[in-house]
Amino acid sequence: MVKARINGIAVAVEEGSTILEAARKVQVKIPTLCKHPDLVSSASCGICIVKIKGTSKMLRACCTPLEEGMDIVTHDPEIVSIRKTVLELILSNHPNDCLKCGRNNNCELQTLFADFGIREEVFTKSLRELPVDNSTGTIVLDPSKCILCGRCVKVCQEMQDVWALSFLERGYGTRISAAGDIKLADSPCIRCGQCSNHCPTGAIVELDQTAKVWEELLNPKKYCVVQIAPAVRVAIGEAFGFPIGANLTKKLYAMLRRLGFEAVFDTNFGADVTIMEEASEFVERFAHGKGPLPLITTCCPSWVDFMEKFHPDMIEHFSSCKSPHQIVGVLTKTYYAQKNNIDPKDIVVVSVMPCTAKKYEIKRCEEMYASGSQDVDVSLTTRELARMIKQAGIDFNNLPEEEPDHILGDYTGAGVIFGATGGVMEAALRTAHHLVTGKNLKKIDFEDLRGLDGVKETELTIEGKTIKVAIAHGLNNVEYVLNKIRQAKKDNLTLPYHFVEVMACLGGCVGGGGQPYGVTDELRRKRAEGLYQDDREKKIRYSHDNPYVKKLYQEFLGEPLGPKSEQLLHTHYRSLPLYSK
Amino acid sequence: MDKRIVFIKDTDSQEQERTREFYTAFLDQLRENNLQDEVQVLRVADIGIYGQGVVAKVLPAGITYGRLSNADIKKIIESTIKEGKVIEELLLNRQPRQLRIVLRNCGVIDPESIDEYIAHEGYAAISKVISGYSPEKVIEELKVSGLRGRGGAGYPTWMKWNFTRQSKSEEKYIICNADEGDPGAYMDRSVLEGDPHSVIEGMIIAGFAIGASNGFFYIRAEYPLAVERINRAIRQAYDYGLLGSNILGSDFSFDLDVRLGAGAFVCGEETALIASIEGSRGTPRPRPPYPSREGLWGKPTAINNVETLANIAAIILKGGRWFSGIGTEKSKGTKVFALTGKVKNSGLVEVPMGTTLRDIVFDIGGGTASGKGIKAVQTGGPSGGVIPKDYLDTPVDYENLQKLGSIMGSGGMIVMDDDDCMVDITKFYLGFCVDESCGKCAPCRLGGYQLLGILSRISEGHGVADDLEKMRKISEAMRKASLCGLGQTASNPVSSTLNYFESEYKEHILNKKCPAHKCKHLITYSIMQGRCKRCRVCVMNCPVGAIGGDRETGFYIELDKCIKCGKCFEVCKFSAILKE
Repeated sequence: MVKARINGIAVAVEEGSTILEAARKVQVKIPTLCKHPDLVSSASCGICIVKIKGTSKMLRACCTPLEEGMDIVTHDPEIVSIRKTVLELILSNHPNDCLKCGRNNNCELQTLFADFGIREEVFTKSLRELPVDNSTGTIVLDPSKCILCGRCVKVCQEMQDVWALSFLERGYGTRISAAGDIKLADSPCIRCGQCSNHCPTGAIVELDQTAKVWEELLNPKKYCVVQIAPAVRVAIGEAFGFPIGANLTKKLYAMLRRLGFEAVFDTNFGADVTIMEEASEFVERFAHGKGPLPLITTCCPSWVDFMEKFHPDMIEHFSSCKSPHQIVGVLTKTYYAQKNNIDPKDIVVVSVMPCTAKKYEIKRCEEMYASGSQDVDVSLTTRELARMIKQAGIDFNNLPEEEPDHILGDYTGAGVIFGATGGVMEAALRTAHHLVTGKNLKKIDFEDLRGLDGVKETELTIEGKTIKVAIAHGLNNVEYVLNKIRQAKKDNLTLPYHFVEVMACLGGCVGGGGQPYGVTDELRRKRAEGLYQDDREKKIRYSHDNPYVKKLYQEFLGEPLGPKSEQLLHTHYRSLPLYSK
Repeated sequence: MDKRIVFIKDTDSQEQERTREFYTAFLDQLRENNLQDEVQVLRVADIGIYGQGVVAKVLPAGITYGRLSNADIKKIIESTIKEGKVIEELLLNRQPRQLRIVLRNCGVIDPESIDEYIAHEGYAAISKVISGYSPEKVIEELKVSGLRGRGGAGYPTWMKWNFTRQSKSEEKYIICNADEGDPGAYMDRSVLEGDPHSVIEGMIIAGFAIGASNGFFYIRAEYPLAVERINRAIRQAYDYGLLGSNILGSDFSFDLDVRLGAGAFVCGEETALIASIEGSRGTPRPRPPYPSREGLWGKPTAINNVETLANIAAIILKGGRWFSGIGTEKSKGTKVFALTGKVKNSGLVEVPMGTTLRDIVFDIGGGTASGKGIKAVQTGGPSGGVIPKDYLDTPVDYENLQKLGSIMGSGGMIVMDDDDCMVDITKFYLGFCVDESCGKCAPCRLGGYQLLGILSRISEGHGVADDLEKMRKISEAMRKASLCGLGQTASNPVSSTLNYFESEYKEHILNKKCPAHKCKHLITYSIMQGRCKRCRVCVMNCPVGAIGGDRETGFYIELDKCIKCGKCFEVCKFSAILKE
């Protein structure tokens, strides 16, 4: 333990802890701007400077380890004045666009300006006019609002291993851009949106499509249907002051009806269907040798994009099953439309996702039009839905709880845990066991598959055969798993895994790029806990026991992997170039 | 007869033509005497003698002649080359104030020959180390010597090595920082070009002391000759068994390689330099961890400047005590300065620490070339500050320069006379740092840009009263809140000129005048009718036709047309143009 004093208060922390962390322990809040808890400090803003008594230098609290006997001052007139000058300098280079900025009222920079009482522009305004990049159709990069904190670059390069974003030029001309100064759409960008989620300002935001949804909702000829992803229900409350991880599923149903949707479905139902298909696919490959192992999950569109660009040699291992929201989309425009005599052309399917990449997935390839037109018409992020609720004047906090609409709304405990890393695997194993043995598992909770370890591995024995599984989340953790598979294939060794789940974002969808800002590991855990609690409280916790899923197969699809399922619920993958320019 | 070498020095630009003629004539006459195979003639950049016309140095005797003309060639060949006699009347006395340790071999030996280096006690230090020193003893010797890093910060070299030695790791590295980039500074380049083996020997000893088996030279690509000579010297050292496995039969192995820098100034900052070698964008990262714990590829790394490393072999050979006998209490040894600006004899100067600025500028530099008064001396390059003439008697060492608001830096020393405007000088240095800022950290990137904007408007006559306050505020924020040395010191020229020459700023801001008549926007030219002889030379030379009038009524300058180029002022033989 290291003992020191901060503003005269004694503090003891573990060796290696930063001054910032130590200060937090004694309720001293040192202001920061470039620092994000997910990332190694880049130390680029200079806001968190503190004084060590006895030296004239100031140190950055975010990256300086506390040393034995240090006597630290975090706030005095000189320190505050320097912080203020740095902020004023940043203001000299930042547009005064707050009122029409995607981060208005939710901007770390704006908050600091407010906290420091900055009321005038001291220095000559000097803005950079740089082109906006909205080429991906998922996120919007406006480099003129960028304060060069470097979070997005670190996220893209270190956390996601994508290397789409980088710094260009130097000095005053430094800016962020896709490497090589090309458009993001031509770069290796996988549209995960983590950059937008970590940006402290409005330099990278999700592409706002709420206007399009309002337009469809107000069109009397359209039959608007909505579905919500598992991770949305445990995160949206953060925008309305609910405790982190509060599960608001039923309030959301009520709210979506008030917004004007004719039918309110749940992506969790699609998750249950995904499990029927994917678990069957796995059993086909594992028990009957039909297709290569391991099988790798494909619910995550950023992961699919990443694999197609960086690891196309893994395509044969990919599950051909579509993601849950695509399944709900296609079933709405076929099964539901037929049963309710609605012309699919009049149906607008909106999905609310924790994800920016879903905006890309809905147009990814021809199979996303399996119903005859685009299966999901618009995909919104959690953040966009929060804005719609606020616009609509709905007192979300006090809404009554309601139920979803049948026949695509009821879900099981297995469906809801899709939103957390390891959840898809857990749900699939529950059903795979049943497919092989005809019986449900005795111990249903796979604790080894939960939590935030980057790579999680476990085994399950079914009728004497051992299934080895691996989970990876946060794309920099994927290489380890894939290389193990490659090595085994190359050397003709026993496969390290039979079944692999990958989610692009750390924590899975609860930590998705479209989720409310300010994500930390603690937040990820609490959001995931909200989902696991929902699972525990569900009467039915196996996808194959969902009565509406059973009904779907009886009435419409036939059997998992049958011809109709193949036609509507499956897709294919192709190798993509890293750079298309 | 032994092979002789004649060095001919050719840096002074005004003398280049004469030197070239002298050189070719010398070669011709050698050929006439059939001596071309016995005498090698080399032209070199610097042998530490300035303002002495064409200089030739004959080796191995070390006889130096100065102020030579082509007529002297015959004498030199006849008496000195053939008979080994000294020609008294041509002999040049070396300037006594200089003491050459770092530059000991520059201009003395053929830098492309390892044999000559060896003949001048080269690689004697490493063999001494390998045959009888422990790494701790090497570090102890450095501790006794008191050598401090010559890259600028003046950190004790033994401590740096000791920390790196104490860091536990299978792999460690030593890096030679040869990313010299201060405007006007070229001491590292001269050593690399003139005595590459001394730096290599320093690297090998450093590797031995810290327990590294690999070293890198990080040399800016704009130094092609230095790169070539270092590469050649490395090859030679490998051939002689001084690099590679089991050096000199010991169990110590050490490899050296060269990495080129692309010329970014900030890559001289050690963490940015490491990032650059690793193939990343050259931007600094926070310290700690210091490179001595986590450096190149995360391994303990010692980074030393060229000049520091060039001292090592001499210290080992002559002992730390000898070295510590030179210099001041806290700054030991010598320092090489690149003396430039308005000084008569510009060039590299190596003097013991503690030599006064006056000695350097007047005794060695010969005072101002213009004969005008000295206004200030700028030291430390763009991170340094100005020292007004009142402080010329200050002995130069790390502490004293810092006390005066400047720094030692890498050893740039620019002399300014009364024609230099402090606002203009500051604008120049700041412009350099703004160009060279990596852009990573806000205080440096934006603070520098804003400061430069304020300085520009002051020099253009648009300064306002609270500009000085704003400049102080930004300078303070840059100094305290920037991440690396570049940002922390980039505002030093501003602070130091504000400190010593505030009135000059005020003159610009309040009276819209530039006392040194340097800031174009603040000068006006006019013709003094009393002195004007109406010769029309100014009229003919004015590039924009701004001089109106005729011989009958007299000439005048049309201010709205005048671009203030100063041509009329220059060409008027009667001093009839008034510049104010």
